[in-house]
Amino acid sequence: MSAPAPTVAALARGLAEGAFSSVELTRAYLERIAAAQPSLNAFITVTGESALKAAAEADAARAAGRAGRLTGVPIGHKDIFCTEGVLTTCGSKMLGNFVSPYDATIVSALRAAGTVMLGKLNMDEFAMGSSNETSHFGPVRNPWDTQMVPGGSSGGSAASVAARIVPAATATDTGGSIRQPAALCGVTGIKPTYGRCSRYGMIAFASSLDQAGLITVSAEDAALLLGPMSGFDPRDSTSVDSPVPDYTATLGDSLQGLTIGLVREFFDKGLDAACEQRIRDAIAVYEKLGAKVREVSCPNLPLSVPTYYVVAPAECSSNLARFDGVRFGHRCDSPKNLLDLYCRSRGEGFGAEVKRRIMTGTYVLSAGYYDAYYLKAQRVRQLISADFARAFKECDLLFGPTTPTPAFRIGAKCDDPITMYLNDIYTIGANLAGLPGMSIPCGFVDGLPIGLQIVGPHFSEARMLNVAHRYQQETDWHLKTPSAFA
Amino acid sequence: MSLTRADIENIARLARLELTEAEIPVYVDSLSKIFAFVGELDRAPTAGIDPMAHPMPGLAQRLRADEVTETNRRDTFQQNAPKVEAGLYLVPKVIE
Amino acid sequence: MEWETVIGLEIHAQLATRSKIFSGSATAYGAEPNTQANLVDLGYPGVLPVLNGEAVRMAVRFGLAIGARIAPHSVFARKNYFYPDLPKGYQISQYELPVVAQGSLDVVLDDGTRKRVGITRAHLEEDAGKSLHEGMPGMSGIDLNRAGTPLIEIVSEPDMRSAKEAVAYMKKVHTLVRYLDICDGNMQEGSFRCDANVSVRPKGSDKFGTRAEIKNLNSFRFVEKAINYEVERQIELLESGGKVVQETRLYDPDKGETRSMRSKEEANDYRYFPDPDLLPLVIDDAFVATIKASLPELPDEKAARFVRDYGLSEYDAGVLTASRELGAFYEDVVRRVGRDPKLCANWVMGDLAAFLNKDNLEINDSKVDAEALAGLVTRIVDATISGKIAKDVFEAMWASGESADAIIEQKGLRQITDTGAIEQAIDEVMAKNPGQLADYRSGKDKLFGFFVGQVMKATGGKANPAQLNDLLRKKLSG
Repeated sequence: MSAPAPTVAALARGLAEGAFSSVELTRAYLERIAAAQPSLNAFITVTGESALKAAAEADAARAAGRAGRLTGVPIGHKDIFCTEGVLTTCGSKMLGNFVSPYDATIVSALRAAGTVMLGKLNMDEFAMGSSNETSHFGPVRNPWDTQMVPGGSSGGSAASVAARIVPAATATDTGGSIRQPAALCGVTGIKPTYGRCSRYGMIAFASSLDQAGLITVSAEDAALLLGPMSGFDPRDSTSVDSPVPDYTATLGDSLQGLTIGLVREFFDKGLDAACEQRIRDAIAVYEKLGAKVREVSCPNLPLSVPTYYVVAPAECSSNLARFDGVRFGHRCDSPKNLLDLYCRSRGEGFGAEVKRRIMTGTYVLSAGYYDAYYLKAQRVRQLISADFARAFKECDLLFGPTTPTPAFRIGAKCDDPITMYLNDIYTIGANLAGLPGMSIPCGFVDGLPIGLQIVGPHFSEARMLNVAHRYQQETDWHLKTPSAFA
Repeated sequence: MSLTRADIENIARLARLELTEAEIPVYVDSLSKIFAFVGELDRAPTAGIDPMAHPMPGLAQRLRADEVTETNRRDTFQQNAPKVEAGLYLVPKVIE
Repeated sequence: MEWETVIGLEIHAQLATRSKIFSGSATAYGAEPNTQANLVDLGYPGVLPVLNGEAVRMAVRFGLAIGARIAPHSVFARKNYFYPDLPKGYQISQYELPVVAQGSLDVVLDDGTRKRVGITRAHLEEDAGKSLHEGMPGMSGIDLNRAGTPLIEIVSEPDMRSAKEAVAYMKKVHTLVRYLDICDGNMQEGSFRCDANVSVRPKGSDKFGTRAEIKNLNSFRFVEKAINYEVERQIELLESGGKVVQETRLYDPDKGETRSMRSKEEANDYRYFPDPDLLPLVIDDAFVATIKASLPELPDEKAARFVRDYGLSEYDAGVLTASRELGAFYEDVVRRVGRDPKLCANWVMGDLAAFLNKDNLEINDSKVDAEALAGLVTRIVDATISGKIAKDVFEAMWASGESADAIIEQKGLRQITDTGAIEQAIDEVMAKNPGQLADYRSGKDKLFGFFVGQVMKATGGKANPAQLNDLLRKKLSG
């Protein structure tokens, strides 16, 4: 097998029809992973041996007539998800030697659905970053141009799907970490509603914002994988107990009567003109498909980045306090005393951006600043959520760009945290309000992919996937492959 | 707003992070920029608005049945521990 | 200057759930280190807390028992600080919105006066682990079995004015949590412990002095001693022109003094914020009503009933209701004897309590059970033996485990109620002591007691005292 079929849907068909076995497929992907690793650095750990074993089991299950839709389909997991018996680093030196004694709920759910884990994907350290440059294991490169960043924090997931070295990958999104890299790598990304997928076993960055999701080639693939990943988990108090529909069942629904809201604040002065044109082109396709378009306004949305940079660091400063060199993770050499053990283990184990966010969060929660920063941001968060709720009274889904520009050069924004943070200006709002969001490829600017962002009301994943799928039937942006990895 | 070296040293101590001499001015600069940036929030009209701690409004905490569901897995868990003796996690002496 | 002491207590009561407050680990005491610490208790990356419903029910039981407000909406918050026994680097607690607020308890003091102590709040939180320092030079060993055990922290108003009042209040809470079956009250194992906030101020002042917080007092005796030491220390300090520093102090029971805690010297900034891993705790009226319906008779209600139904003093009723088990034992004795509940009370609070105390036994482990004690009291009531002989019988019962009747038979302790036999003994005594008889008859009434004693001696203490009195009086007067 040289170039595997491009989508999970096609691979699942091939497996079902006996065109190839899961072992053959898995071996082919492992070869592609090995070949791409020097140029992309998309993986932190490749689990070749256990992947082939799981593939053989999948083939046996199929032979025994016990195959499901996804049996034998290989996927990659972002290294933020705990995987039993496998190194789980979260992109950090702090967890450089951490072997998880348990599986994240979504990892076991996807295994139960028959998927085969190829390995653990590179990411920004503790998911804090928008370029994958903060990983302790080195930056991931964009397959469209390896001088460029793939976006972050799920850069390994996006780059590996774009380069077709995995058919699909799990990812997480706290402020845009699925949608932004999906846009910059020209692949499909979905961040479901907060609470739709369990957070158990997903190493926490900012608990009230974190959500697991997927990066795939197509919306149809996302629909196939999202079902088994979703649903209530008694081990996650914030997981929502509401029924999970078959997301594939409604993919082909008509878009007649769909009302698309264009968020005025998404088309601001920071948006690159060529990128805007690609978004407008995509909207024209939707109009052709029968959708109505109207402009809506979310006046507080421009405050989403400063709001996020109070809320997320506050939660992260507390979430990351457990990394203290006592029970797991990095511990400094010969600590002089307890304080020294804490300060040096954490000072050495965390990278620069993680330390920056821990300090930012520590400050906004500290005595005298809590009201001015933390509570203020929580109130603005309420305003932003209310803006979305109002907008959804006027339209079904919100459309806009995923990012203001295409991928930028590795190193270009490392020195200025604010410039880096503004990459997520269009994506953060959905996290603050717990809304589902997607990014789908909608064209290129200077040879680099551009993403169209779709944001829906809570639990509108089925409609969003349907809307994305219909576009992907009309266009083939999502099937474009970087020439180096064709 | 602008932070001082002393501010950064205090925060780092509260957060139990040792910073190198070279790191301190970098954080003085970048945290000052971040707080100037988040200062934008001041202009938001939030009078009478409730703080939002959770993205899914109206949900209540679920209660678990009082059942023991765990067995002893100490040996597995302690394989990740940097320093263990007689089943205890070891740290430099805690002075009370 | 005359000083007034002001004390507030923060009592930590471990809730008697089977599993921990946020995980399915067992809470049993005394397991091998870290064998009851699962991923959640260890604060592993990626794990999440799920609230134990029983812990909530227990907190509500307590709230109802102190007449408090049960919050329809309360919030779990994180209290952030680094300590090796605190695995996540934060303790999940309740801060701004606790589950129970604004209750009170009435305490009866030694002099019989009643005092109401306000309870500001009671909130749910998780316990920390333990640091062990023995046998590891320069190191501490961390055992996280206790981490995540549910606690309610019961915060009183600064209403107490002496160490004795503080102890009386703490005992009352101790009684209550055991009545409610929400805490085993075992203070040696740390299931019930307190921090005392102590300050002094010039008598008559309405401003509070600077307080010191004495941590982790785990016996009533230590509470009393630590507070008294601390009050003296503060008064001495103030009278010599010094100032009390607001600080955390530790009581050293070996030295009988409190000292500043070095580890807590650094000013704490706990950075409380709502825990995003947990949703608001919502308690509706039906939930509260169900719990209310299941509450047992509470100590104050029971004591009032004992006063009303058994004619006991308030003090005696208070003693007999100090635990549910003691109250039940007493009522069992009364029911079996069928009369003289006051005599029953005297036996339970007197000899029985003294023997339990001597052997360090709880009422349920008493070597003389309610049935046996009732058998003994019945023999006093029906005049088979005297109260004095009964004390000897009780001692024999305690030692042998035999019934009162068996011991009375074996030792021939049955009272002499035969008038002839008693008269004969009186005649003999009178004959042997002519001098005393003459003195008595010439007006020395006090010698009556001498004759009682002599006759009792002659009958081996078995003469029925009432009969003896009657007959003796007649014979002596000639």
